[in-house]
Amino acid sequence: MGLLSDPNRRRALTNLLTRLNTPICVVCYLAGLAWFMGLAFEPFTLRTYMSENAMGSTMVEERFPSGERALATGREFAAHKRKVGGMPVDWLVKTMQARGLEVYTQRFSRTLPFPDENKERYMVHGTNVYGILRAPRAPRTEALVLTAPCTEGNNNHQAVGLLLGLAHYFRNQVYWAKDIIFLVNEHDLIGMQAWLEAYHHTNITGMDWTPLQGRGGSIQAALSLELSTDVITSLDLVLEGLNGQLPNLDLANLFYAFCQKIDILCTIQGKLQRSDWDTPSGYSHAAQTMLLMVMKQASGRAWGDHGLFLRYHIEAATIKGVNSFRQYKTDATTIGRLLEGMFRKLNNLLERLHQSYFFYLMPSLSHFVSIGYYMPAFGLLAVILLLRALDLWVQLGAPPPGTEDGVGAVEQSSSGLSVLSILTPVVISHMTGAALFTLPILSQEMAVEHFPVSETEAVVLTAIAIYTAGLALPHNTHKFLAGEGTEQGWRVLKLVALLYLAVLLGCTALINFSLGFILALTLVPVAAFITPHVPKAFSAVVMVLLSPAFTLLYCVFIYQELQESPVSIADGWVLFLSVISQGILDHSLYGSLVYPLIALFVFPCWLLFWNILFWK
Amino acid sequence: MMGSLNILGILTVSFVLFHFSVTQTNDVEGRARQFFRSGHTNNWAVLVCTSRFWFNYRHVANSLSVYRSVKRLGIPDSHIVLMLADDMACNHRNPKPATVFSHKNMELNVYGDDVEVDYRGYEVTVENFLRVLTGRLPPSTPRSKRLLSDDHSNILIYLTGHGGNGFLKFQDSEEISNVELADAFEQMWQKRRYHELLFIIDTCQGASMYERFYSPNIMALASSQVGEDSLSHQPDLAIGVHLMDRYTFYLLEFLEDIHPASQANMNDLFKVCPKSQCVSTPGHRTDLFQRDPGSVLITDFFGSVRKVEITMETIDLTAAAEPLLEEKETRVFAEDSPTQMLSYVDQLPVAEIIHQKPKQKNWHPPDGFILGLWTLIILIFFKTYGVKHLKHIF
Repeated sequence: MGLLSDPNRRRALTNLLTRLNTPICVVCYLAGLAWFMGLAFEPFTLRTYMSENAMGSTMVEERFPSGERALATGREFAAHKRKVGGMPVDWLVKTMQARGLEVYTQRFSRTLPFPDENKERYMVHGTNVYGILRAPRAPRTEALVLTAPCTEGNNNHQAVGLLLGLAHYFRNQVYWAKDIIFLVNEHDLIGMQAWLEAYHHTNITGMDWTPLQGRGGSIQAALSLELSTDVITSLDLVLEGLNGQLPNLDLANLFYAFCQKIDILCTIQGKLQRSDWDTPSGYSHAAQTMLLMVMKQASGRAWGDHGLFLRYHIEAATIKGVNSFRQYKTDATTIGRLLEGMFRKLNNLLERLHQSYFFYLMPSLSHFVSIGYYMPAFGLLAVILLLRALDLWVQLGAPPPGTEDGVGAVEQSSSGLSVLSILTPVVISHMTGAALFTLPILSQEMAVEHFPVSETEAVVLTAIAIYTAGLALPHNTHKFLAGEGTEQGWRVLKLVALLYLAVLLGCTALINFSLGFILALTLVPVAAFITPHVPKAFSAVVMVLLSPAFTLLYCVFIYQELQESPVSIADGWVLFLSVISQGILDHSLYGSLVYPLIALFVFPCWLLFWNILFWK
Repeated sequence: MMGSLNILGILTVSFVLFHFSVTQTNDVEGRARQFFRSGHTNNWAVLVCTSRFWFNYRHVANSLSVYRSVKRLGIPDSHIVLMLADDMACNHRNPKPATVFSHKNMELNVYGDDVEVDYRGYEVTVENFLRVLTGRLPPSTPRSKRLLSDDHSNILIYLTGHGGNGFLKFQDSEEISNVELADAFEQMWQKRRYHELLFIIDTCQGASMYERFYSPNIMALASSQVGEDSLSHQPDLAIGVHLMDRYTFYLLEFLEDIHPASQANMNDLFKVCPKSQCVSTPGHRTDLFQRDPGSVLITDFFGSVRKVEITMETIDLTAAAEPLLEEKETRVFAEDSPTQMLSYVDQLPVAEIIHQKPKQKNWHPPDGFILGLWTLIILIFFKTYGVKHLKHIF
C-alpha cells in the first residue's frame, strides 16, 4: 500500500530511478539493437502461409500457351515506340481492340517543381492506354489490374508484349468473376498517379489529367510487370510502396506459392534464399535482406509502379524479371503461366485481402516477422526517452539545494520565465524547419541567378545551407531571452523536447516502422545524454554526426554496400544530393511524407537538443 | 390286411400332402411376413448443403451426389427436399457453367439436367430447415418445399457443410446445435412424422451431431468422430477447387452399386470409408433403432421400392399378422393389459423402448458446505484484521 503515495517509498523509488537511469538506458539501447538484429535469425521468424481461405492452395492448371507470340508483340511494340519516339498510342489502342478489350486513353501533364536529373524530365506530358476485359457473366463491381510501364529507351517492351499476350488468352476464358484492366502507363510513376487519381476521382497532387472514360469497379489487387529480357533466370518481388506502406502479406505468399509450384527461382531484394541459417554467413545474408527492406521502406519512395496503389487500399506488388548468369533460364510462357495462376487465384477472392499481415519485415521470401515481433525493438528505444523524461521530472520536482526561504519566490519567477524560455526555442526551431521545407523550392530562381548551378543543385544546396544555418541558432536565441541560462530552464526544455521526440518517433514507427527505428537509433542517444554540462566541442561534433542529415548519408553508404555496389566518398556524396532531390520531388509529385516529416518535425526537434547543448 | 395297408398308405400320403400344404401355406405366410417386415410405405429424403462460396464447391457436390443416388433408386422429386446454400453451377468462377462435377477429370456431372432444388441460396437457414422437419410452415409454402411425411414414412436426412463439436454452420452466419436437432426429431416423433429415420452427416466432428438424439427409430452415421476433421478428397486442377469430401465420395461409389432390388443392408453401409481411405473414423449410432441393422435394407432409406408381389394363393393376413401385432403389443404395453386407458403422452412410453444410460451429472458440493466455508473465511478475516475493517466494505 502506498507505493506511490507514501513519501518515503516514493523517495526510495525516485532515488532508484535516478541512480540506475544511465545503466538502464544503455542496456535498453543495446537490447533494442540486439532485438532488431535478432529478427533476421530464422528460428525467430515464421514461415509464410496463405491466410485467405478463398485463395486456398495453388491448385489451378495453368495453360497459357503463347509466350513466343507475346515476345513478338513486344518487339513490335518496341519498333513502334522507336518510330513514334514515345508511347505508340494508336498502335496500342488498335492492338488492344483487336484482342477484344474496351480501350480508353488518358492524357496527363505535369510541370515538376524543378528538373529531375535522374530521369531527365521537367515538363512531362504523356498518355496512358488501358483496356478493360469485362467478365463475361459477372456484374462489373470488382476489378483486377495488370500493368506494365512504358519506359524510355529499349526497356520493358517484353513486359508490354506479355501483357498483351495474357490479355488475348484471358479474353477466351469464361471463368472471370472480376473485370481485368490492362494498363500501359507512360512516365511510370507520374502516369500511374494520374491514372489512379482519375480512377478514384481525387486530386491529391495537383496534376493535370483528362478524366477516364471507362471504369471497371473497385480494384481488388494489382500487379505491375517489369521485364526487359526474353529469357530470365529469376523473378524479383518488390513490395515497398509509398510512405513505407506494404501490401498484404498474402500477395507475397501467393507469389511465393506459385514460384514453388512452377519451379521458378524467386528472390526478394534481389537476394536468393539460403537454407543454412545456422551459419554466420547464412545469418548475415538474411540480415542483409532484411536491412535492405528496412532501408527501402524508410525512404518512403514507391519502389515500383505498384507503390501508388497502396494508398487506395489496393494490394499491389511489382514483379521484376532478372537475367543474370545462371544456367537454368525461364521463358516467357512460364512467366505467363505464373501470372495466369496468380490472377485465377485472385479471381477467387470474395473480399479484399485482409486476412494476413499489413505490417511485416521479410528476411527472406519464405519467412517473415510480423509487427508484434519487431515493435519491441522500437519500444525499447522509446523507453529510454521516457526514462529520461521521468528522471527530469523528478529533478524538477525536487526542491533546489541551498536557499530554503527564497524558494517560493524563485520558483514563481522561474516558472513564469520558463514558459517563455521554452516557447522561444521551440518557435524558432519550427520556423527554421518551415524554412527548410519551403525555401529551397521557392528560392531556386534566385539561387540560379547568383550561382552557376542548375536548378536541382540549387534546391539541394539551399536545403543543406538552411540545415547548416540552423546550427548557428543557439547563439542568437539567447539574445532574445532575459532569464536565460537557468538550470530549471534547460530541464523544462529538455523534458518537453524528450516527450515531443517520443511522440514523434512513436507515431512514425507505427506507420513506417523502418523510418521510426532508424531515426530512433541516432536521435535517442543524442536526446538522452545531451545536457549543457557535457564537454561542448566533443558533444557538438557527436551531435552533428548523429543528426538526421548524416543519418541519411550513412544510410546511402550502407544501402550501396548491401546492394553489393559500394561507392567512394565522392560518388556517395553525389548520390546523397540526388537522394535529397528525389525526396523533395517525391513529396510534391506523389505526396510522400518523409521530407515534410524530417523538415518540419524531426529537424526542429534535433535543433531543440542543439539549443540545450548551448544553453549557457 | 390290404385294406389296412391301403388305409395306412392313403393316410401317409394325405399326411404328407397335408404337411406340404401346411408348409406351403407357412411359406406364403413367411413371405407375407417378410413383405410387411419393414413397416414403411413411403420414402422421403431431405438433403441439405449448408455452405456457400466458391471454395465450398465440394459441399454442393456432396449433396448433389446423394440426390442423384436417391433419385436413381426411385425416390421422386416430389418426395425429395433439396436445399443448396449456393449456386455452384452458375457461379461466375465455374469454368464449365451449368455443371457440378464429383470426379476429377470431369467424369461425372452430378448436376445433370433434371435437378430440382427446393430451397436455394439464402433460403437455406436453420429456421427453414427446422420448419421443414417439423412441418410448421406458413400456409403459402408450395408443396415442393414441404416434408409431407406420415407415420409410415422412412426419411433420409443428409447434412453437409462446415461443422464443429456440437454444431453445424449454416451460411457463414448461424449455427444449428445438436440439441436443437435432437429436439426437432423428437417433435417429429411426437407428431408421427416418421416411421424410421436415417441421419447421415458429413462434416468435421460430425459424430457430435447425433450424440443427443433421444427419439426412437433413428439410425445415424457420421463421417468423423469428435475431435477429428473430415477431409476433402480430390482437387480438380481445371476447376481449381476440391470436388468432393472423402466420406461422401466413397458413399457415392458404394451407392452406385446399389440397384432397386439390391439386398445390401446397413452393416455394409457402416463399412463404407474405413479409416484407411477416409483418414477420419466414421461413426454410427444404432441404439435408438428397433430393428437389427443387418435386417435393414439400403433401399429402405435410399430407394423407394414399391412392394408388389403377385401370388396365386390366398393368404390369411389376419392369421399372419396377429403374431406380429401380439409381439408388438407385449413390447409396448409391458405388464399392463391393452384395455387400460393411457394418457396421450404415455401411449408411446419412450423410456421403456429405449434404454438410455443416465447422464452423469457433475458432482457439486452441498450448498450448506459452501455457506459454512465462506462464514469461516470471513470470521478468520475479521479476527485477524479487526472488526474496524467492516467499515471499508459498507
